[in-house]
Amino acid sequence: MNLPSGAKAPMILSCAMYGLKAVPFKVPSGYLSPRATSWKRVSRARRPRFRYPSGRTADRMKAKLRCLPVILLCLVFFQAPRILAQDWVHTGTNLGNSAIRLAVADFKPVGADPQTPALKAVFDATLYNDLNNAGIFDMVSKSLAPQAMPGSPQEMVLSQWSAMPASAAMVAFGAFSVTNGRLVVYGWLDDANNAASPQVLAQQYNENATEEMARTIAHRFADAIIYRLGGGINGIAETKIYFVSSRTGSKEIWEMDYDGENQHQLTHLGTISMSPHVSPDNSRVAFDSLEREGWAIRMYSLDLSRLVSFPAGAPGGSNYSPAWTSDGTRVAFSSARGGHPDIWTCDVGGSNLHRITSFGTDTSPVWNPRTNAQIAFVSGRTGEPQIYTMDQDGSNVQRMTDSGYAVSPSWSPSGGLLTFSWNRKYGPGDPGGQDIYVFQIASMQWLQATHESGSNDFPSWSPDGRHIAFERTIGGRTQIWSMLADGTHQQQLTHTGNNYMPDWSWK
Amino acid sequence: MKRRIVVPAIVLVALIAVAGCKKKQPVPTQATAPPATAPAAPTAQLTATPGVISAGDQVQLSWHTTDANAVSIDGIGDVPTEGVKTVTPTQSTTYHLVARGDGGSAEASASVTVNAPIAAVVPSTSMTAEEEFKANVQDIFFDYDTADIRSDAQATLSKDANYLVSHPDVKIVIGGYCDERGSDEYNLALGQNRANAAKNALVNDGVGADRVRVISYGKEKPFCTESNEQCWQLNRRAGFSMDQ
Repeated sequence: MNLPSGAKAPMILSCAMYGLKAVPFKVPSGYLSPRATSWKRVSRARRPRFRYPSGRTADRMKAKLRCLPVILLCLVFFQAPRILAQDWVHTGTNLGNSAIRLAVADFKPVGADPQTPALKAVFDATLYNDLNNAGIFDMVSKSLAPQAMPGSPQEMVLSQWSAMPASAAMVAFGAFSVTNGRLVVYGWLDDANNAASPQVLAQQYNENATEEMARTIAHRFADAIIYRLGGGINGIAETKIYFVSSRTGSKEIWEMDYDGENQHQLTHLGTISMSPHVSPDNSRVAFDSLEREGWAIRMYSLDLSRLVSFPAGAPGGSNYSPAWTSDGTRVAFSSARGGHPDIWTCDVGGSNLHRITSFGTDTSPVWNPRTNAQIAFVSGRTGEPQIYTMDQDGSNVQRMTDSGYAVSPSWSPSGGLLTFSWNRKYGPGDPGGQDIYVFQIASMQWLQATHESGSNDFPSWSPDGRHIAFERTIGGRTQIWSMLADGTHQQQLTHTGNNYMPDWSWK
Repeated sequence: MKRRIVVPAIVLVALIAVAGCKKKQPVPTQATAPPATAPAAPTAQLTATPGVISAGDQVQLSWHTTDANAVSIDGIGDVPTEGVKTVTPTQSTTYHLVARGDGGSAEASASVTVNAPIAAVVPSTSMTAEEEFKANVQDIFFDYDTADIRSDAQATLSKDANYLVSHPDVKIVIGGYCDERGSDEYNLALGQNRANAAKNALVNDGVGADRVRVISYGKEKPFCTESNEQCWQLNRRAGFSMDQ
């Protein structure tokens, strides 16, 4: 909290404001919450190949000068150290945009099957959580919503929902019944302010009457609503997170639903297995595992529920951190088979093997999923590890981070953003946290997503680009969390044992 | 006749004098008080991990001094002003460190309790190959976040290489280890570089590359789990074991 000198404050503050005022960073619609804020810029002499369109420099200077009185005022009113310490205060662009206000009625139980109440409770809770987790809705809390449980469009009284205090713009509702071991759910979405033609969505589901299917139906209905109201981006309620857990005594690969439910163990190797990365078609999980001959890249088939061969991942006994292209045809990994840890790529069958870096201590590769033509990775070639990008043949290496200790990159589905773990004040004796950052590659601007909560590592983008899963260590206990990509809505997903290295599935 | 009596008498007196002197000799050593510490006196810390071992096991001595010009440990001799050393005490031992500097001197000691082996002390010729290896090939330690070989490690490595060159049948595995700080994945790469650095040094000293395997353990298999510099130092190492 205490900073050595206040002299730095104006510079950093102006950076922040300049970032926002003069070069407004437009968050791609739907990819980050409109609350995204506080973008900072990497400061370093060797700027990336990025030029402002000519003529804008003067505007920038003017904008900077306009900021000056504000900065001075701030300095008078607040102590400079406090400004610095709180550089994550939410100021920003697009704050006027409001998210769609969405109410969810409890579904109407139909029939008298004894299973109905328990399954309906799971369904109602899951549906609300999924929509709340989506990050694009202003949810009407259950306590403000009307008590009504309309079971069909005919039973729906929209004025109840559009009025205060619910003030909903949209209402989701439906009917829930169990008959002869089958779960039948009807779900609707109505526009509360369009009494003439309210229906936006009507869905019907028929599955086995189990708790798992009650959750699955809720996920599917939530995803249908999110797809319709969220700009055509698929929801993530049916996605999985792969991770490492040591709760059985050894580090094994596990799988769970995106909300932390349904956790189960995949591998039983009894050694150390790490860095799981699921293939884009959800058919295989690549990971690295310590064997007698050293570290090998292994493949676990989710279809066959067993290991399948990947011979290219074993030679040399020092193979780490596999990554998939978004078309599932190529794999990148770190291997020291050439002497020191370098980035290698090969086809998924093991052919076309190439070493594409040669400086040593290169690891944690990840492909640009939009193009499959670039790779981001971590390198210790200048000392502390930093984030770099390069073309997939190893050319055009660009350094992204300017200082500190930066590791574990994950490339956003849109291709424009990276997220990684960064300790900006890293060094022996230095205080400072290891936090998750979101970084825009084109502008070299970043925002800090986690603050002053434990040590955070291994961020992984969700397929909708709105969420990030990560591991957080507090007091020697490591658990998996998720959050929106601007750092809000953080929630802990695992609670048993220690859990590491989440990898969010592609769909 | 007189002379016959006088000579033995003189001899007797001389004997008594000598015996008397000998008896007194230990007294001054015991009585030597530790020098009073001057204001700018050196400081010294010495620890032995673990504190209790069975005979034949290794103990890590690590020490840290400030403001000292000369540092010595009883039974080991002169040592650098700070460092780590592996010892294999055969009986309970109190290691005593003296740091001398311009401002005076400081002392520190650390005790190791050795649980007696069931058998009597085995002569070195009947040591198992494994024991002999452990006694002769010692681990090396690294500075923070680097795989550069330190000068103290250089000396250890030459001894290790000497042993390995004279025992050409022995194959080894070098494990690369890191302290708990930083990322699991990056530490695997760093551990790899530490193990490789140790391997390269041995190969340069004449050990055949085909006899040496390396495995990075990153921060997955720590030797201790405390969050302090002492433990971190013990975990930043390249560890040698026989490849079986």
